[in-house]
Amino acid sequence: MSPLAFARRLAFALVAAAALAPAAKAADAVDPAADLKAFQAYFHAAFPKVPPADFVNGPYSMNADMRKQWQDIEQFPPYDFAVENGKALFAKPFKDGKTFADCFPDKGVGIRQHYPQFDAKTGEVVTLEYAVNQCLAAHGEKPFNYLKDDMAAVTAYMAFTSRGKIFDIKVPDDPRAKEAYVRGERAFYARRGQLNFSCSTCHLQNAGKRIRAEVLAPALGIMAAMPIYRSTWGGMGTVTRRFATCFSQVRATPLKPGGRTYRDLEYFLTYMGNGLPVAGPGARP
Amino acid sequence: MGRFGQKLAASIVGAVAASGMAFAAPADNVAKGRAIAFSTAQGNCLACHKIPGGELPGEIGPDLAGLKTRYPNRADIVAILQDETRRNPLTAMPPFGRDRLLTQQEIQDVVDFLETL
Repeated sequence: MSPLAFARRLAFALVAAAALAPAAKAADAVDPAADLKAFQAYFHAAFPKVPPADFVNGPYSMNADMRKQWQDIEQFPPYDFAVENGKALFAKPFKDGKTFADCFPDKGVGIRQHYPQFDAKTGEVVTLEYAVNQCLAAHGEKPFNYLKDDMAAVTAYMAFTSRGKIFDIKVPDDPRAKEAYVRGERAFYARRGQLNFSCSTCHLQNAGKRIRAEVLAPALGIMAAMPIYRSTWGGMGTVTRRFATCFSQVRATPLKPGGRTYRDLEYFLTYMGNGLPVAGPGARP
Repeated sequence: MGRFGQKLAASIVGAVAASGMAFAAPADNVAKGRAIAFSTAQGNCLACHKIPGGELPGEIGPDLAGLKTRYPNRADIVAILQDETRRNPLTAMPPFGRDRLLTQQEIQDVVDFLETL
């Protein structure tokens, strides 16, 4: 599909999403694999010089200058401290003597590429951050703040042990999984806030362009390097922090951290990046 | 000037304004509009548009130099600031009037400035 045809389809999808009642997109008509193909083809056509795997480097993949900046930053990665801190937290026993390793397959090492995943028992999307807090709750511990600090550290460590593994998010043949995917898709394309932007306005339609001095990150691969050290934050932040920042920037009210909409949005976005390697934790301007 | 002279002068000014002939907006309004357009807290037009005299412009919307030659009718520029989604549903332009990002007076000031570019 040409980028223009894809953009037209987006426009129709937007109009349809607005016109129809929620859940009107019948679960059996949902075709995530076809959406993924069109989504990735749009970015590959828009940036023919960017090797597909480089999209995990966000704005740093967009041109030679930005790439040079990224290489300089990676000499002394600003997220190193978070990885070390996360490693220590990961190994530290809970009150009941268990550790995070007891909550995850393969003891939590090298599994980042499987999150978010659909949990058939609860019908919910489980992001890595959500799974970390589920683990804490299951062992009688207080949950982490979803936005930064310990949550960023533990997920940074888990991403670090998974680097290079290929994202393989599944949308199983379960109507609840498909509904979660569609809700995430809708959250991505829906306009919101006083500035009336959708995620796609900046990160799909205008990806790679400058907004004042910043370069807009492409939506393809935008989850691959999470969590990130952001210079504008002066510290680490999680996927949840990134979403909350975007919502604030378009002058919308940020949603509940760990809530369903953020988890579904992460599900859709990470699925769109299937086939890309885990690159987290990352550094961003 | 007699009464006739005053009436004549008033009608000429009115005719000039109505005909859309070069009729410069007060410098004060242009300056206010410029400040709004360049301010990150208000119009922030520079975030997306190249504007003569503005530093670090974005590249999302079109260059605003010579805007008046492309949009000779003031009402068209005002409409774009009010709510460009009415004309182009996929636009990235925020609806400054509709969402009350700017007051109606501020929109007029910004347009006064844009017409000088």
